[in-house]
Amino acid sequence: MSLSHLKEKIKSGTRLTREDGLDLYRSHDLLALGRMASHVAHKKNGDRVHFVQNMHINPTNICVNRCKFCAFSRSKGEAGAYEMTIEDILVKARSAEQGVRELHIVSGLHPDLPFSWYLDMLRSLKKEFPRIHLKAFTAVEIDYLAKLSGMTLRDTLLALREAGLGSLPGGGAEIFNPGVRTTLCAEKISGDRWLEVMEIAHGIGLKSNATMLYGHIETIEDRVDHLLRLRELQDRTGGFQAFIPLSFHPRNTEIKKSSYTTGFDDLKTLAVSRLLLDNFDHIKAYWVMLGEKITQVSLSFGVDDIDGTVVEERITKMAGGTTDGSMTRDELVNLIIQAGKIPVERDTVYHTVRTWA
Amino acid sequence: MGIKNILQSVSQGERIDAEEGLRLLREADLLTLGELAGSVRKRLHPDRMVTFIVDRNINYTNICVNKCRFCAFYREANSPDAYVLTREEIFRKIEETIALGGTQILMQGGVHPDLGIEYFEDLFSSIKSRFSIQIHSLSPSEITYVARKAKIGISEALERLKNAGLDSIPGGGAEILVDRVREQVSPNKIRWREWMDVMKAAHHLGMPTTATMMFGSLETREELVQHLTRVRDLQDETRGFTAFIPWTYQPGNTELGGRSATAVEYLKVLALSRIMLDNVMNIQASWVTQGAKIAQVALEFGANDFGSTMIEENVVAAAGVTFRMTRQEIVNIIQDAGYTAGQRDTRYNILSVVT
Repeated sequence: MSLSHLKEKIKSGTRLTREDGLDLYRSHDLLALGRMASHVAHKKNGDRVHFVQNMHINPTNICVNRCKFCAFSRSKGEAGAYEMTIEDILVKARSAEQGVRELHIVSGLHPDLPFSWYLDMLRSLKKEFPRIHLKAFTAVEIDYLAKLSGMTLRDTLLALREAGLGSLPGGGAEIFNPGVRTTLCAEKISGDRWLEVMEIAHGIGLKSNATMLYGHIETIEDRVDHLLRLRELQDRTGGFQAFIPLSFHPRNTEIKKSSYTTGFDDLKTLAVSRLLLDNFDHIKAYWVMLGEKITQVSLSFGVDDIDGTVVEERITKMAGGTTDGSMTRDELVNLIIQAGKIPVERDTVYHTVRTWA
Repeated sequence: MGIKNILQSVSQGERIDAEEGLRLLREADLLTLGELAGSVRKRLHPDRMVTFIVDRNINYTNICVNKCRFCAFYREANSPDAYVLTREEIFRKIEETIALGGTQILMQGGVHPDLGIEYFEDLFSSIKSRFSIQIHSLSPSEITYVARKAKIGISEALERLKNAGLDSIPGGGAEILVDRVREQVSPNKIRWREWMDVMKAAHHLGMPTTATMMFGSLETREELVQHLTRVRDLQDETRGFTAFIPWTYQPGNTELGGRSATAVEYLKVLALSRIMLDNVMNIQASWVTQGAKIAQVALEFGANDFGSTMIEENVVAAAGVTFRMTRQEIVNIIQDAGYTAGQRDTRYNILSVVT
């Protein structure tokens, strides 16, 4: 598959079609994809590569949804189930290094905690750490919290924002295709509902990210369609900050697939995302899933963000993730410099904290 | 002058010198190096075939007189986990290798102070009398040691080993072929000229060898490029190197410590190797040090060979890096990248194309 017709389109900034996206995926010309994606990334972000000093907190792995691709969740009472109290969460946050400016908080859908608990958690964190941005609750959790609160999505989000919520992470999108989604995670909210939550969040001024879980049972058509639905919503709201493709990790899950995604697939997926999502400012390589090596190489394949220091993330680890749970700021900076790029420490909403020029 | 001229020279199939190679490494970006390496690779291998060999590393001992500072594998003779494999253990490993479709064994030590040329002559001939398998064994450091111990020349030692059944020689122990670096990372190991002399003598006897490069320890980029030109110079003379295999220093559990080269540096050096070594047919990706993902990506940076299935590997594992790949995984990855997978023998003859 020659990509020359697409090179022209990319150069002139013409929006790509579904068919173009499929052509990109079908190509084996990895370096040509890298060239095109780098061109777009450079236009948007120059040689800058962003990261944030953050800490992940996963308050509980007890979840009423039992998605088949997930190695993290447990039922209440099951061996390995855990839940943190608000005090535990505060203790954890106190262990954050000086310089951490974001807490990334996502959880299972706990069957018993009331809505007020979540408001308390946010308020307690905000009170003790007023300068730390709270990026919390995937769209799946927001939908669940709305059920708990008995309020509309909008009022639920307003209440959470009032309590200290700063923005939403992009998790829970998985793959929007309803057939695939039913197989993967029958109990989880639909793709339509996920997009609806995001649209409402964006509508009240909360920014969010978007993700896609790839490398399980989906087709490349499913992936391209997923990206196009995100692009469509972004046209309307402009509320997505970064797109983050998440590579499926098969260990300890119920999806029968023994292999991890390949290096080609990871880099292709990032590059195609950069090319199709022309209205997203940032494409993020999540190094916890991709590994440091592919993450570094991805900086030549359209990526301009490598997430953060990520102290102690548990979700990938449970599915056979092989990276250490965290990287120091110096390690992140070194990785970027060695790739010939300019490290930029950012805050959650992409204000520059420091540039290593 | 920009690097445009150099890019042009390479794409026209011209050879570049050390200074130009150095400029590429310093100034060309990752994708540019990949594209250039791809063009050289395409010229030498227009068929989009990526090869691999089914073999096993048999480390007959970990006792070693060299005690290199970058090495996590060696032990002192009196160490509790020092070992020398018995003949029966070696035979059993070979049997398993053959049962798994293996065609080659790569036997390397430890340079054991008590094992002389007679030991290896005896071992190789008894292997050959029992098994049909290629013996790709003993790096130049071991060859030099047994020759000295026997007070004979390198050529004579090689000839005796060849007569006993040694088919070819792996390119290990090259590290960086510059003595300033060797004095620091492997002060007791043979110097670069001695390494080259063994290879030259082997080539003259019609024994193919490979060449390796361990980079990312203490060498400068100038020294790295000098390594490449030294391999290229001998290859111009003998044409005996079948493949070049760059890999990265693994600092875990070593005296030298420090950091490993990053993935971007690995791919750049791999690409530069492909570009500069225009007279070496094959460039191997190192999944053992880089993992399957980067090794696959390496196919776009000049590599046309995936190396070995390594039914057993001990040396890199000792440094705490334990990637594992089965034959099927290697084939899947080659095909996923859009190439044809071919199982090869030691001399790069295709034994079977995997469909």
